Amino acid sequence: MEIQGKSVFGGIAIGPLSVYAKADNVVKRTKIQDPEAEIERFQKAKDKAKEQLQELHDKALKEVGEANAEIFEVHQMMLEDGDYQDSIRNIITNQMVNAEYAVATTGDNFSQMFAAMDDDYMRARSADIKDISNRVVSILQGADNGGIRSDKPVILLAEDLAPSETVQLDKSLILSFVTRGGSTNSHTAILARTMGIPSLIGVDYQDDIDGHTGIVDGYKGILIVDPDEETLAAYQKKQDEDNEKKRLLQELKGKDNVTLDGKKIKLYANIGGVGDVPDVLQNDAGGIGLFRSEFLYLGCDDYPSEDQQFQAYKTVAETMAGKQVIIRTLDIGADKQVDYFHLDKEDNPAMGYRAIRICLDRPEIFKTQLRAIFRASYYGNIGIMYPMIISVNEVKQIKKIVADVKKELDDQGIPYGDVEQGVMIETPAAVMISEELAKEVDFFSIGTNDLTQYTLACDRQNAKLEKIADTHHPAVLREIQMTIENGHKGGAWVGICGELGADTSLTETFLRMGVDELSVSPSRILSVREAIRKVDLSK
Amino acid sequence: MKTFDYTITDPLGMHARPAGLFVKEAAKFPCKVTIAKDGKEVDAKRILGVMSLGVKQGMSISVTCDGDEEDAAAADLEKFLKENL
Repeated sequence: MEIQGKSVFGGIAIGPLSVYAKADNVVKRTKIQDPEAEIERFQKAKDKAKEQLQELHDKALKEVGEANAEIFEVHQMMLEDGDYQDSIRNIITNQMVNAEYAVATTGDNFSQMFAAMDDDYMRARSADIKDISNRVVSILQGADNGGIRSDKPVILLAEDLAPSETVQLDKSLILSFVTRGGSTNSHTAILARTMGIPSLIGVDYQDDIDGHTGIVDGYKGILIVDPDEETLAAYQKKQDEDNEKKRLLQELKGKDNVTLDGKKIKLYANIGGVGDVPDVLQNDAGGIGLFRSEFLYLGCDDYPSEDQQFQAYKTVAETMAGKQVIIRTLDIGADKQVDYFHLDKEDNPAMGYRAIRICLDRPEIFKTQLRAIFRASYYGNIGIMYPMIISVNEVKQIKKIVADVKKELDDQGIPYGDVEQGVMIETPAAVMISEELAKEVDFFSIGTNDLTQYTLACDRQNAKLEKIADTHHPAVLREIQMTIENGHKGGAWVGICGELGADTSLTETFLRMGVDELSVSPSRILSVREAIRKVDLSK
Repeated sequence: MKTFDYTITDPLGMHARPAGLFVKEAAKFPCKVTIAKDGKEVDAKRILGVMSLGVKQGMSISVTCDGDEEDAAAADLEKFLKENL
C-alpha cells in the first residue's frame, strides 16, 4: 500500500511503523469550593511547566541548535502572559471550576484567536498555545506524556507533534516523522530538517498500521506500508547508497587528499557541462580536471559562436572561484557525431578523423574555441588540454595557433590569464614519445578509456569485446607508469582523467607510480579521497 | 505621554521571538506601554496581545508610553525596534 504525502526532508527510512500515543488529556469540568486554593494549584503547575520548558530549551539547544530552541523561550513567555493568566484566574473565580478546565478553556480560546488570523505563521502559533496549555493540564492531572512505545528505532506516525513532544522524544528511536496534519513550517518539519531525517506531512494513514513495516521515501513524498520483498530490497539499496554518501561527506568534506605518510595529490572532477558545477562543489573537488567542451557543439544546429563558448567557460571559471578548470578542446568524431561538421562516413571512426585532427585541419573552428577559452581565463584559473595527440609536431602546430590567438587578443587589448597547457595521453604513440612531449607542455592527462582501446586493439563500442578489454591489463598499467615517469623527467605534472582514475582498487598503485592528479566524476570524489587517505607509501 | 510610529522591516513581521523580546524590553519600565495598529490597541507587556496584532513587514505600528520614565521608555523601545524589527 502506498500513501502519498508531502516531503519535508528527502532520504529513505525503513523500519517498523509506530503510531504516537498522545498524552490523554481529557479534561473534566468540576465544581470547586476554594478558588484561592485552585489558583494556587494553577500557579504551582505553571511554575513547574516553566521549569520543564527551561529544561527543554537547554536540551533543544544542545540537540537541534539555537534557532529551534528559541520556541521554548517563547513558550515560557506565553505562560507568563498577563492576558492568559487573567483569563484562567477569572474562569476559576467566576465559574468556581477546577484549574484543569480553566487552563484548557483558556488555551482553546487563545488558540482559536490565532487560528483565525490571516497569516500562516500566526495560524501555526495556535498549536503553541495548545501545547503550553496541555503541558499545564498534564502537570495538574499528574498524567504521563505518552511517547514512543518501542525500544527499537521506528517511523513515527502522528496527527501532528507539538514542539515540546518532539523535543522530549528519544531521537535515537526515530527514523522518520510522518504526520497527518502539519505544515512545511511546523516545528516537526523544521526539526526533521535539522535532524536530517526523511519526513512527510499530510499523510492520511490508518491507525491499524501500527507495528507493520514501512518505508518512507522522502524524495517522492510517499509512505509505503507492508512493502513486498522486491520493493524492500530496492529501497534498502538506495538507503545504503545514501548512507555511504552521507558518511563520506561527513568524514571527508574539507579534508586533504593526503596519504598516511603525507603525500598530497590533486583530486579533480570530470564534467560535461555548466550544470555539473554544483555537484563538483558539493562533493568538494579541488578543481575540474576534465571539462568536456563537446556539449557546446552537440546541443546546437550550427557552430557555437565565440561568445556562446566564452560565456560557458567564464561561468564555470568564476563559479569555481580560483580553483583550476581544465578545458579539453573539441573531441568530436568517432562516437560523437555532429551534422553541421559534415564529416564523411568512416569504416573505422575511432582511428579516424577526429578531435585534434579536425582542429588542426580546420583551424578556424579551433581558433574560435581557443579565443573563447583564453578570454575566459581572465576570470578564473583555466587550463587547456588537447585530445588525441600522437606526435610532437602536432603540439608544435597547436602552440603556433595559440601564439596567433594570443597575439590577436593582445592587439585588440583583450585581457587573458596564465593558462596551463597540457595534452591527453590516450594513444600508445603518445606514451612512447612522452619524454619529448613533456618538454613541450605543462601537464599530461591520461585518458585511460581510449588508451585501453588502442593498446589492446579493442573497440570500445563493441560489446563482445568487453571481457577482453581489461583496463587492469599490465600493458595499460605499464603505459601509465611510463607516462608518469617521462612526464616528470620532462617537467610536466601527470594526471589521470579516465574511468580508471576512480577505480579505488588502483588508487594505491597510481600513488606509488607518482601520479600528481586524479580526475573523476563528482560523485566519486569522496570515495577516492577516502582511498588516498588509507594509503601509506612508506610501507 | 510619549508616542512614536515605526514601520516593521523584518521580513517575518513581528513574529513570536522578537515579539517576546519586545515584551521583555517594555516590562523594564514602570510606565504603561501600548501598541496600536489600525485602531486596535494592546498592552505591550503581554506577548499574546502583541502577537495577536499580526504585524507584518511594511506595516506601521504606533507605540505609546504613559507614566513614569515615559521618555526613557520611548527612546529605548524605538531603538529596540530599529535594531530588531
